[in-house]
Amino acid sequence: MAIESKTYLPAGMPAPEAMREGLDREFWEAAKRHELVVQKCNSCGTFQFGPEWICHKCHTLDVGWHRVSGRGRVYSWERVWHPAHPALKSACPYIVVVVELPDAGNVRMVGNLLGDPRREVNFDAPVEAVFEDHPEGYTLIQWQLTNR
Amino acid sequence: MSEFTIKDKVAIAGLGETTYYKRGAAPVSEFRLALEAIQRAADDAGLPVTAIDGIASYANDRNDSVRVATALGLPELRFTNMFWGGGGGGGSGAIGNAAAAIVAGFATCVVVYRALAQGQFGRFGATPAMRAISGPIAYTWPYGMSTPAQWIALRTRRFMHDHHISQDPLAAIAMACYHHAQSNPRAIMYGRPLTRAAYDESRWIVEPFHLYDCCLENDGAAAVIVTSAERARDLKQKPAYVMASAQGSDFRQGAAAENGPDYATSNFKTLVPRLYAMAGIEPKDVDVAQVYENFTGAVMTSIVEHGFCHPDEVMDFCTFENLTAPSGKLPINTSGGNLAECYMHGLELVIEAARQVRGTSTCQVKDAEISMVVSGPMVAPVSDLILRR
Repeated sequence: MAIESKTYLPAGMPAPEAMREGLDREFWEAAKRHELVVQKCNSCGTFQFGPEWICHKCHTLDVGWHRVSGRGRVYSWERVWHPAHPALKSACPYIVVVVELPDAGNVRMVGNLLGDPRREVNFDAPVEAVFEDHPEGYTLIQWQLTNR
Repeated sequence: MSEFTIKDKVAIAGLGETTYYKRGAAPVSEFRLALEAIQRAADDAGLPVTAIDGIASYANDRNDSVRVATALGLPELRFTNMFWGGGGGGGSGAIGNAAAAIVAGFATCVVVYRALAQGQFGRFGATPAMRAISGPIAYTWPYGMSTPAQWIALRTRRFMHDHHISQDPLAAIAMACYHHAQSNPRAIMYGRPLTRAAYDESRWIVEPFHLYDCCLENDGAAAVIVTSAERARDLKQKPAYVMASAQGSDFRQGAAAENGPDYATSNFKTLVPRLYAMAGIEPKDVDVAQVYENFTGAVMTSIVEHGFCHPDEVMDFCTFENLTAPSGKLPINTSGGNLAECYMHGLELVIEAARQVRGTSTCQVKDAEISMVVSGPMVAPVSDLILRR
């Protein structure tokens, strides 16, 4: 029986897990709730991603998480043709984007741009987060073009 | 000049290479390749291998220093050192560390080596089929962004966008490397010239990188003997004096998920002023450069960050004519480099830089006096080396 894939990339890709030490547990838990969070310093307000145990700006260890809108813009992008991972053998080309989040200190996130993988993509194009649930129980943050 | 410098105190005295093989084709083990390269470097210098009393390497070389010293019967190991980082960023830095050890009096004769047998140990360009991942790679691998080609393409793309750069400079860099390899019988791509048409028609790996924008993966080993300038003068070869070496990384370049604040950089902006200050030279004084080509895009940004041209001049500067020996403005990768000679993680670039100073390159730049090596681009940490006649 053919099972229709609802994910951008095929099954069998590496599955993210929260770090055992707990540093990014809230990021992955929030994604499951379809919320995008970014680490923010509770003392000076600096945003960081990926998360760190310490604020790189004021050096407090008191860092927390802040929910953001999920709206961003394309900072860079690429079309991948060579499958570096065995699960991608029949999935090329696909598009990887680096998205900048203006409401989170311009931190960046990496994801896929949903839709036609052969399209041209404009730098600075507005995008919004899409939460992609996987059967294994994790949620990826993907991006789609938006008019806003 | 600062009191604390290695300038002119140390020299490269011996160069050793095994035959370079296609990936997976080495007939002997990686460890044996390392031993052969070290022996050849000592022979080249005119030293017994037992003169070696220090070992430095980089990129987590698998051939443990104490195992090497044991196998070679070194009577006294005084210094062992590993440059941090997994990519090609440490090729120059390992020489710098060896030089520092000699100036500090830790050791008198240090060998730097790098050995690779990918048939024995697996490839760099493939992503292991791991299922559960966590930490920084969890923010990129699930999206099919897991290889150096893929992150360097993203940064290159942004640089090309910011400075209105076409595919031409990337093609020129690839063609310059292949052109130089045609004079080098040791090169894997000897006898296989690259035309612009073949470049354009080659498959995309990840846009903007065609197949020919990407380094090879090879088997083999290379080794370099570093000793004091004074001692080098009495040895068999013309010394290649170390004018300067510098290493490091810019602000937060280790931030996960492409969050280095300065994004489209090869990570040399804070290093380069220190490098030129130690050498006491300017970019215009450099006669020839070996610029680590993991991917052509990072060579382009390295040329800019080392002051050879402004970002907005790349289209005019990075041309085949300018980048080729014997008479280009900045001949690069004159043995063919990682793209066309051999991917020995850039130690073959250090060896070629020393050959240019000796006057023995197969693409010799006339009267080359100052010879640069750029190691790493778009990884962290990175390092550089300047040699002189």
